[in-house]
Amino acid sequence: MSKAKENRAPVSQQSHKIEKPADPNSIGANITIEINEKKVSVPLGTTILDACRQNQVHIPTLCHHEDLCIAGVCRVCAVEVEGMRTLQAACAFPITAQMKIKTSTERVRKARRHIIDLLLSEHHGECYACVRNRNCELRNLAAEYGVDGFTFGHREKKMHEIDRSSYSVLRDMDKCVLCRRCVRTCIDLQEVGVLEAIGRGNQTRISTFMDKPLSEVICINCGQCINRCPTGALFTNDPSDDIWRAIDDPTKHVVIQTAPSPRAAICEEFGMEAGTSLTQELNTALRRIGFDKVFDTNYTADLTIMEEGTELLLRLKKALVDKDPDVKLPQFTSCSPGWVKFIEHFYPDCLDYLSTAKSPQQMFGALTKTFYAQEYNIDPKDIVTVAVMPCSAKKFECNRPEMTSSGYKDVDYGLTTRELATMIKEAGIFLPEMPKTGFDDPFGEASGAGLIFGATGGVMEAALRTAYEIVTGREVPFENLNITPCRGFEGIKQASVKLEGCVPDWSFLEGAELKFVVAHGTANARAVMEMFKRGELNDVQFIEIMGCPGGCIGGGGQPIPTSPEIRQKRAEAIYAEDESLPLRKSHENPHVKYLYEKFLPEGPCGHKSHELLHTHYTKRGSFIV
Amino acid sequence: MEIGIEKTARRGFVLFTDYAQGSAIKKAIEVGRENVLFEVRDSKLKGRGGAGFPTSTKWMITAAATAEKKYIVCNADEGEPGTFKDRVLLLEYPSIVFDGMVIAGYTIGAEYGILYLRAEYTYMYTALLDYLDNMRKNNLLGKDIQGKAGFNFDIEIRLGSGAYVCGEETALIESLEGQRGEPRNRPPYPVNTGYMGFPTVVNNVETLASIPHIVLKGGEWFRNHGTDKSTGSKLFSVSGDCDRPGVYELPWGISIRELLDIVGAQNTKAVQVGGASGVCIPKSQFHRKLAYEDAATGGSIMVFNESRDMLKVLHNFMDFFVEESCGQCTPCRVGNERLLEGVEKLINGNFTFSFIRNLKELGYTMQAASKCGLGQSSPNAFLSILENFSDEIYQSKGGSHV
Amino acid sequence: MLVYEKNELVSEIESLTIKHGDTRDALIPILQEMQAKYHGISDFAQQEIARRLSIHPVEVYSVISFYSFLSAKTLGRNVVRLCKTISCDLAGKNDIVNAIERELGIKFGETTKDKRITLEYTNCLGMCDQGPAMMVNERVYGKLTPEKAVAIINEIK
Ligand SMILES: Cc1cc2nc3c(=O)[nH]c(=O)nc-3n(C[C@H](O)[C@H](O)[C@H](O)COP(=O)(O)O)c2cc1C
Ligand code: SF4
Ligand code: SF4
Ligand code: SF4
Ligand code: SF4
Ligand code: FES
Ligand code: FES
Repeated sequence: MSKAKENRAPVSQQSHKIEKPADPNSIGANITIEINEKKVSVPLGTTILDACRQNQVHIPTLCHHEDLCIAGVCRVCAVEVEGMRTLQAACAFPITAQMKIKTSTERVRKARRHIIDLLLSEHHGECYACVRNRNCELRNLAAEYGVDGFTFGHREKKMHEIDRSSYSVLRDMDKCVLCRRCVRTCIDLQEVGVLEAIGRGNQTRISTFMDKPLSEVICINCGQCINRCPTGALFTNDPSDDIWRAIDDPTKHVVIQTAPSPRAAICEEFGMEAGTSLTQELNTALRRIGFDKVFDTNYTADLTIMEEGTELLLRLKKALVDKDPDVKLPQFTSCSPGWVKFIEHFYPDCLDYLSTAKSPQQMFGALTKTFYAQEYNIDPKDIVTVAVMPCSAKKFECNRPEMTSSGYKDVDYGLTTRELATMIKEAGIFLPEMPKTGFDDPFGEASGAGLIFGATGGVMEAALRTAYEIVTGREVPFENLNITPCRGFEGIKQASVKLEGCVPDWSFLEGAELKFVVAHGTANARAVMEMFKRGELNDVQFIEIMGCPGGCIGGGGQPIPTSPEIRQKRAEAIYAEDESLPLRKSHENPHVKYLYEKFLPEGPCGHKSHELLHTHYTKRGSFIV
Repeated sequence: MEIGIEKTARRGFVLFTDYAQGSAIKKAIEVGRENVLFEVRDSKLKGRGGAGFPTSTKWMITAAATAEKKYIVCNADEGEPGTFKDRVLLLEYPSIVFDGMVIAGYTIGAEYGILYLRAEYTYMYTALLDYLDNMRKNNLLGKDIQGKAGFNFDIEIRLGSGAYVCGEETALIESLEGQRGEPRNRPPYPVNTGYMGFPTVVNNVETLASIPHIVLKGGEWFRNHGTDKSTGSKLFSVSGDCDRPGVYELPWGISIRELLDIVGAQNTKAVQVGGASGVCIPKSQFHRKLAYEDAATGGSIMVFNESRDMLKVLHNFMDFFVEESCGQCTPCRVGNERLLEGVEKLINGNFTFSFIRNLKELGYTMQAASKCGLGQSSPNAFLSILENFSDEIYQSKGGSHV
Repeated sequence: MLVYEKNELVSEIESLTIKHGDTRDALIPILQEMQAKYHGISDFAQQEIARRLSIHPVEVYSVISFYSFLSAKTLGRNVVRLCKTISCDLAGKNDIVNAIERELGIKFGETTKDKRITLEYTNCLGMCDQGPAMMVNERVYGKLTPEKAVAIINEIK
């Protein structure tokens, strides 16, 4: 698989194929080099950049990104290698022989400064009016190298129109530095293939197929390109002005739901280390901003588990008891809108395998404008629903024409973690200082199962906690309910649980092995789909797929930067919070039970829940008109 | 085939001599690959594509590599302005080029040869294909060549699509693989990881064309031509202000003045050696020698007489690089554009000296920090013209002195 | 695009993938043949090629946009490429430009209304000893004079 994957990537941007020693401790596996006259020993094949970083020597980078293969195009990481005529790109140079490296000679400093000056000479943008002004890598480089003027001029006119066609991702190519991180993200990491370098020479630009607007090509709105863009060239379609307007409008009842991942990451926007959950501080901040109600998306995550879990069990029953040959198994999860659009485009024939359950965000919207409006006697037309999401694709999702089962637009605005952080700052609030408060009823209580939706494998784990117990009457046989095979960042995980001692209703499952697959990032999703089409997954019943690497905690609306380490910390924060909660299983959520009793009396997958909580998909195909 | 091109080659002493097709291949098989490699090393042949890398070193690394497949690529992308020697070799002496490829394949153990022919030379394509067919018929290509069991080699011709940078060897390989012609990071070098990831030797047409003669007459004979560090002959493509433009085979080490006499150039003000990416040499330096150790060139010699405006010439060169840069790396993509703007400012006389100083410094950075040879050599003309013709430039254009 | 035109493109591309293979390295040869036959590679054709080679359409477009001799727009039936690099420039390229533009009534970079000819500049053709030089489709002409250039242009069908 890895070979096929590499072939898809532009070869010039693939990682070099230097052999690394299998055993880093064997003789000859390490090599001693000199960095700035200090001897250090590194494993063969280490890049100069990594060697320097391991030894506390800072080297500036721009096109390099930990998640992506090497490009070596910006040249800002230039260093001097003794005996070589030209400067070498530290990020792209694997060490295979002894060498002497100098990282701060006059030539190096001048070259870096020149490169920054050149980038600025092509840049059209004013930092004070730019979404990325707090963490723009170009701006930081300029600061680092003391740029105080435009040696080679500065672009005064806009050259490109901002592409505002997409609900999710906007592009301002006047701020692009052509680092091609977005290209590598979209082609290698996500295998969607929207963005590429177009043209040659000074005409080179990042663009789409035939330079079409983003809404007309096959973009799944995952926003991963945004997360890896060093500048403000790519950004989300920010609805906060509209939200402020709604808040300021006394006739509107503005409610907000917060998804699990933003809470685990928003601390980063306030200068804190990754991995601190600020759930309850966030609740207070949202109330101070002026939201009328603050709800927990985890509540509908629990509901999703009920609906999706029931759907799975029903499909299993149909297959095993009714021997219905048309049952679509395995069932794929449907809560990641990036993934849903991906399968609609690339595997339109497989849409029946998707669970019909809506995502938690959309269930929420539908219930807010029906159940909640009814219970609290509010006219649904006055309700404005906002969803705080780690995701840019959620913006597209809430604008899908079918997402109006309440009779109104179920979710009015999808707001990303980053955008919310800005709103909080705008309101003069320093989030970490906020006192802690809880969520509002009736959607205020949720289980840890709903919470872990945020990390890859979380939906699977939550579903297993519930499904296993429904079928066997016992808790899943994992210590502390932590289903570890679901966890971790391996691209594709496969595991199984044996169902034994089933309760009478589900005795047909006695002894069955429930097999499941978990994948994250659409490149892995594609690999899973190919396995599925080859028939390799016929004995699997349930497949969880998240469109973004790492799951929602790595979503396209999360704080920038992102790296494997940061995503790890966010996941840890989520799992820790789960473990600290008294309620860990979706089906035990009393508010969910109440909802079914009061509002959806036919229970999960009943008629009314189908109307409100389930959806259908569109065969989009991959032809671009 | 009528192709509208006049034959220009004159007689020479290494390449432009008589050669019996296949004779060097037979000799190579007779003496064995070690001896071929020895002769090539002994000849001190250096690459004729511009970089001047010792050919035998390239071959030895690839010969030593163990791989399922190996490739010989003949680089006929000849895009450097003012270069047309490969055109003449392919049109008039295809036998030595292709025999050179076969011998290279034999020596390093490659079974596949690819001729990368620039799109502008498509008119040769059919004739060359016929030529290869003919070689197959004579068992100079194909299986068990000339009765040598296990010596299989065939040549495929692939056309370029109009991009100067595809002459750069790693860009060429990218292009062969169906990609944008963007140079790769090095290391790894093509000799280890080249076409399709296999060890690949990329050689210029002229380099390969020298091989049959070296095999037939020996490395020492070859080495006796030229200078110590620049052995053998060189094809010079001469154009510009002279009576007899064309391709000349001359020994390395000849001075610029001698060459100008041969081609009939009068009132010469400057000579651009090495094409747009080479350096511009003023009259005062015409004693300099054309050789790797002095004024190196892949073969391009452009002659400018007294009537030419050097800034206009420079403008043309910079325009070329702005268009032909692959656009991948910052120093070259943006740097060349800034230099072009600078030249425009010089032409309009609207510049300050500190601005010029900054541009020169930028030129040095581009030479040092660009990813490939294109960006590393594109400021050469700018720097040398500003250096050597500063009087002309500043006097006529004035400029506000700061 | 009409259905039968699409069908023709599909079968043409299919036969090209049989000829050149369906791996990425076949991309450029396929594009070259499409360019020669249709004078441009339409977005439909690009997507069909991408599908056949299992790559993304934008990668096909990216490659086309990189190379001067490939074009996503449909050019005229004949492409005249005049060298604008230094040796030809010194040898009097500008006179040729004026003569051709006057003759055809279009500028370089444009295509005649009847789609007969597209005029383009190009960089060095490797004919510097015989400049000014130009290419008409695959053929190369050197030692142009304004009269000779106009005569050549008028011979083109
Ligand atoms: C921008 C650029 C263009 C080049 N163009 C050519 C070319 O047209 N023909 C060529 O043989 N080498 C060209 N080269 C040099 C090749 O990269 C390579 O060094 C050469 O093909 C090696 O062959 P040699 O060792 O026989 O010279 C070019 C290099 C650069 C940087
Ligand atoms: S992208 Fe960066 S440098 Fe450009 S305007 Fe925005 S903050 Fe400033
Ligand atoms: S949002 Fe996702 S699919 Fe769309 S361009 Fe960015 S990375 Fe590609
Ligand atoms: S859009 Fe952003 S990530 Fe993409 S090349 Fe430009 S600066 Fe880099
Ligand atoms: S130096 Fe120029 S041609 Fe070479 S890689 Fe950089 S941009 Fe491309
Ligand atoms: S960070 Fe090394 S070249 Fe861009
Ligand atoms: S300069 Fe015109 S053909 Fe070389």
